[in-house]
Amino acid sequence: MSRLHIETTVNGEPAEFLCAADETLLSGLRNGLGLTGTKEGCGTGDCGACSVIMNDRLVASCLVLAAEAQGQSVTTIEGIASGTTLHPLQQAFLEEAALQCGICTPGFIVAAKALLDVNPEPTEEQVRYWLAGNLCRCTGYDKIVRAVLEAAGEMRSATV
Amino acid sequence: MHTVRYEAPGTIAGALDIMASAPGAMVLAGGTDLLVQYQSGLKRPAVFLDVKRIPEMMAIVVDADGATIGAAAPAAVICADRTLQAWYPGLVEGVHLIGSTQIQGRGSIGGNLCNGSPAADSVCALIADRAVARIAGPTGTREVPVEAFMRGPGRTALAPGELLVAVRLPKPAPHTADAYQRLIPRSEMDIAVASCGVSLTFDATGTCTAARVAIGAVAPTPLLVLDAAAALVGTTVDPEALDRAAAAASAAAHPIDDRRGTAAYRRTVVGVLTKRVAALAAARAKER
Repeated sequence: MSRLHIETTVNGEPAEFLCAADETLLSGLRNGLGLTGTKEGCGTGDCGACSVIMNDRLVASCLVLAAEAQGQSVTTIEGIASGTTLHPLQQAFLEEAALQCGICTPGFIVAAKALLDVNPEPTEEQVRYWLAGNLCRCTGYDKIVRAVLEAAGEMRSATV
Repeated sequence: MHTVRYEAPGTIAGALDIMASAPGAMVLAGGTDLLVQYQSGLKRPAVFLDVKRIPEMMAIVVDADGATIGAAAPAAVICADRTLQAWYPGLVEGVHLIGSTQIQGRGSIGGNLCNGSPAADSVCALIADRAVARIAGPTGTREVPVEAFMRGPGRTALAPGELLVAVRLPKPAPHTADAYQRLIPRSEMDIAVASCGVSLTFDATGTCTAARVAIGAVAPTPLLVLDAAAALVGTTVDPEALDRAAAAASAAAHPIDDRRGTAAYRRTVVGVLTKRVAALAAARAKER
């Protein structure tokens, strides 16, 4: 079966890879581009571990075909930090101990970034609803929610 | 070995050509149902026909007479649209209940309709809002009211080779508003046990002059309940009228027992929802 040649933008940089017609974007990122920060949890869009931002919208990359990325813009967990400086969300997750095993963490951070991009001052309830599609079996969520609120406050004070 | 192609035409005509030449082509809009069904082996498309490069299938167009929502426009875009929020708050409420933020980044009204679930959260409000499905096919285009589009679980009015392009909603008349609610056993991320969408129109004296009541997850398709609407028209949507509408909705329901609820429970709950949603639509309409 012939493979498709996909040219796209990942984390602001041009990227290209080969994929099968039925290959997921998750697989294209991990296996085509070697960006293994995006995790596969359920593979059916229920857990949020594979969250990426595609054209400013949060999506589950397991429910996107890799071929759909042609000419589009994708942001993954690898594009969240600035060089070696962690994003305030990443720093807050460390400081609040908002992770244990870590498999869900890239998805939570990407999802939380998508929230703060559109709503820099979310309430706790808004954070909880926005992240309802991200599952964590370790933390019980409270530390994650606190970390997101902490990072949001940090980012607001940094922009004043 | 099963081989599948990926095609992303830029026009309706291009999509119809592919559907005509490859009868096993399946439309890929948000993929939130199709790709799950593909990966579990339930669907075996010959072609993933990605329609998101077709401008009219992604567009939300508002004009003096109403709104046209492209069948593949993502829920996140619909929910952020100020005109849709103002004109059809009930529809936006329903769309906003479909899955997680990630699912709403991709899932569409067209997909919600074509997946054919009796519990589809956008559909009761579409029916209440008098939405019409715009369908393109090899012999031209046609329009089908949404209440006639759904034909049973997983079945729609689309003939082979036809494509759902958009839904068209008329602009609400003065003193008109809609509302939608569903019952689920938790606060987020679930499928309706029962649901209801209502649109009500009032005259200047506060009498209801037009009503549409649709109920979901209580029959093989969402249902337009004319008797429930008739119970509201000519009243001020007072408690007695609401009770009659609720009884009509419960009578029209013919649900099944399944893991989400018993038939008897659903029949009762859909009446309660009808009452609450009609009261909410009335309160909104009277503010307009």
